[in-house]
Amino acid sequence: MSQKIKDASIPTIPVKARFSRWFGRNLLRIYMIFGFTYLFIPVAYTFVFSFNDSGKSNLIWKGFTLSNWQNPCGAPEVCNALGNSIKIGLLATIFSTILGTMIAFAIGRYKFKGRSSSNLLIFLPMATPEIVLGASLLSLFLVFKINPGFWPTVVAHVVFCISFVVVTVKARIASLDPRLEQAAMDLYANELETFRRVTLPLVAPGIAGAALLAFSLSFDDFIITNFNSGTLITFPKFVYVSAARGIPAQANVIGSAMFFLALAIVIASQLAKRKKTR
Amino acid sequence: MSKDPITARGDLRLTRITKSYGDFTAVDDLTLTIPKGSFFALLGPSGCGKTTTLRMVAGLEEPTVGSIHLGDTDITTTRPYQRPINTVFQNYALFPHLTIFENIAFGLRRRGIKDVKEQVDKVLNLVELPHLAERKPTQLSGGQQQRIALARAIVNRPALLLLDEPLGALDLKLRRQMQIELKWIQREVGLTFVHVTHDQEEAMTMADTIAVMNEGKIEQMGSPADLYDDPETAFVANFLGQSNLIKGKIDGNDGDNLVVDLYGQKISMPKKRSHAVDNSLYAGIRPEKFRISRLGTAVRGNTLTGGHIEDVSYIGVSTQYVVAMPWGQEVMVFEQNDDGVAPFDKGDEVNISWEPNFTFGLRGDEDVDAGTEVNPEELEEE
Repeated sequence: MSQKIKDASIPTIPVKARFSRWFGRNLLRIYMIFGFTYLFIPVAYTFVFSFNDSGKSNLIWKGFTLSNWQNPCGAPEVCNALGNSIKIGLLATIFSTILGTMIAFAIGRYKFKGRSSSNLLIFLPMATPEIVLGASLLSLFLVFKINPGFWPTVVAHVVFCISFVVVTVKARIASLDPRLEQAAMDLYANELETFRRVTLPLVAPGIAGAALLAFSLSFDDFIITNFNSGTLITFPKFVYVSAARGIPAQANVIGSAMFFLALAIVIASQLAKRKKTR
Repeated sequence: MSKDPITARGDLRLTRITKSYGDFTAVDDLTLTIPKGSFFALLGPSGCGKTTTLRMVAGLEEPTVGSIHLGDTDITTTRPYQRPINTVFQNYALFPHLTIFENIAFGLRRRGIKDVKEQVDKVLNLVELPHLAERKPTQLSGGQQQRIALARAIVNRPALLLLDEPLGALDLKLRRQMQIELKWIQREVGLTFVHVTHDQEEAMTMADTIAVMNEGKIEQMGSPADLYDDPETAFVANFLGQSNLIKGKIDGNDGDNLVVDLYGQKISMPKKRSHAVDNSLYAGIRPEKFRISRLGTAVRGNTLTGGHIEDVSYIGVSTQYVVAMPWGQEVMVFEQNDDGVAPFDKGDEVNISWEPNFTFGLRGDEDVDAGTEVNPEELEEE
C-alpha cells in the first residue's frame, strides 16, 4: 500500500459509499448465512445435546459424555420404537414407490379418459390436513373391523406417500426425451425391452429420490400414525410421549444419526453424479 | 408376405400414402419408389411432410391410407423393431446412461448377434472414433455424437438407413465435412440411405436422387442436375438455387425449338424443356447462365436488350449484378470474375444474353414466388 503513489487526479471513493457497495455485493451471502443459521440451529442443538451426560432429563447441559452414542438403545423402549418406525418406513416406501411410479407413468405417458382429473386428485392427500386424514382413516379401519396397529399404519403411510412419489417421478418422466424410446424401438428393442433398458434406467434417479422422500415422510410422521397405530410405539410417538417427562439423550443420538445418514446419502449421490458427467 | 419383415430386402415402395392429423394433411397421396442402394434425399421446407414420411417408413407413425413395401414385404403396420430399418435421429437421441460402446451395441444385442465387440470396434473405426468407446454421450462434441449416431445405425446393416436432418445441429464447416464423409460411408457400406433435409445444398451434395416435397406432395424428383437445370415448377426453380422467371407467350415453332415472346422481344428455347400447358409461360434462366454485354456489341444466343445495371456486388469468385429490365423486372446475373475486373458499373446500359438450351419453361399460371419465402437455413423442426 505504501508503494502506491497518491494521485490527486484519481477521485477517492468515500468510505460510506464503499461500504454500501460492499454490502450490496454481499447482501445475498449475508442473507444466506442468516438463513442457514436459522435452519440448522435446531439440528446443532440436537447434536450437541446427544453428548449430554443428562441422566433422566435432557434439558440442561450437565457435561460431556460419549456413553449415549456408545449405547443408543440405553433408554427403555427407544430402539423398539426405532425398529417399528424403520419397518413401517421401509414397507410404506416399497409399496408407495411401486404404486406411485406406476401412476406417474400412466398420467405422464398415456392419454386416457379422466387423466386430468386423476392428475388433480393425486394432489388431494397432500393437501388434506393430516389430522383429518388420520382421523378418517381410523374410522374407516374401524368400520371394516380392523384394529389399529402395525399394518393399518403401513396402509395409512402409503396413502400419503403415494402423492409425493407420483409428483416426483412424473417430473422426471416429463423431462425424458421421447425420442430416446423411439430410438430404442428403432434399434430392435420391443416395448418391454425399451422400458427395461432405456425408460427405467433414465427415470431411476427420480424413483430413488421419490423413495427417499417417502421414507423420510413415513419415518417422522406423528399425527396419522398416532391415530392408526394403537398401542404400537413408533419413534416419533416415543419422543412425543417421553417429552412429558424428559426426552432421553438417546433420542438425540438417533435423531442426529438420521440427519448425518441423510446428509451422507445426498453427498454420495452428488459425488456419483459429478463422476458420471466428468 | 409370410416372410419375416426383418429379413426383407429390396426397393422401398410407398404406394398412395396419406397421413392426416385431424383436418391437417401432412402427407397427401404420395407414391414413391426408392431403389435399393441409392442415396435418396427428401428435400423441402419445414412442414412439407418429409419428416412425417420418414417416420412412417421407420414405423414410428402409421399412414392413414396407403401401403409401404420393402421388396415384396408389406411393412405398413409392422412395429419399428420388426423392420430392418434404422434411423439417425435429428438430435441423435444417444442413450445418455450408456457408454458409446453400449450405445452402438444396443441394436446388435437386441438381435442376439454373437460378435458384438468385433462389429462395434469395426464401425467405430469406420467413423474414426475408436478411442471414445468408454465415454458417455454427454462427453462428446456435436460432430462426434453425430458420427456415433450414424455408427449405431449402420452397425446393424439395415436394408434402409434413414437420416432425419442429420447435420442440422452442426456448424457450417463441420456440416460440409460430414456431407462428404456421409457420402463416402454410404458407398463404403453400400446401404440404401434416405435423407431428409431442408438444406438444398446438403441434398445436392450427397444424394443421387432428390425428391422435392411441398405441402405433402412431391413437386419433382430427379438427379440434382436434372432438378437444377430443368425444374418443372416455380417452387423447385426457386427452392433449389435462384431463378429468373420472365413472363412470356409462346409465339410459334422453329423445328425443335419454341419461339417465345418476352415483353416484345423474341427468344428461342428447346420444346422439350417447356412445361407450359398453353400459350402462356414463364421463361426461366439461372443467374449464372446470363452474360452481360454493352449495347451494340454482337452477342450469340438469346438476347434481351434495354437493361441497365441497378446494383453490383463483388463477392470474389463472381460478381453479382441486379439488372433492371425495361418492363420493370429486376433480374439477377452472376458473372465469373475470370477476366480480373468487374467491367460494368451501376447505371450502365446493357444487354443480357444466354444460350437458348439453358432456358426452361414453366406454366404461365405459376406463382413466381413459390419456394422463395422459405429460408433454407432455418433449423426449425417440423
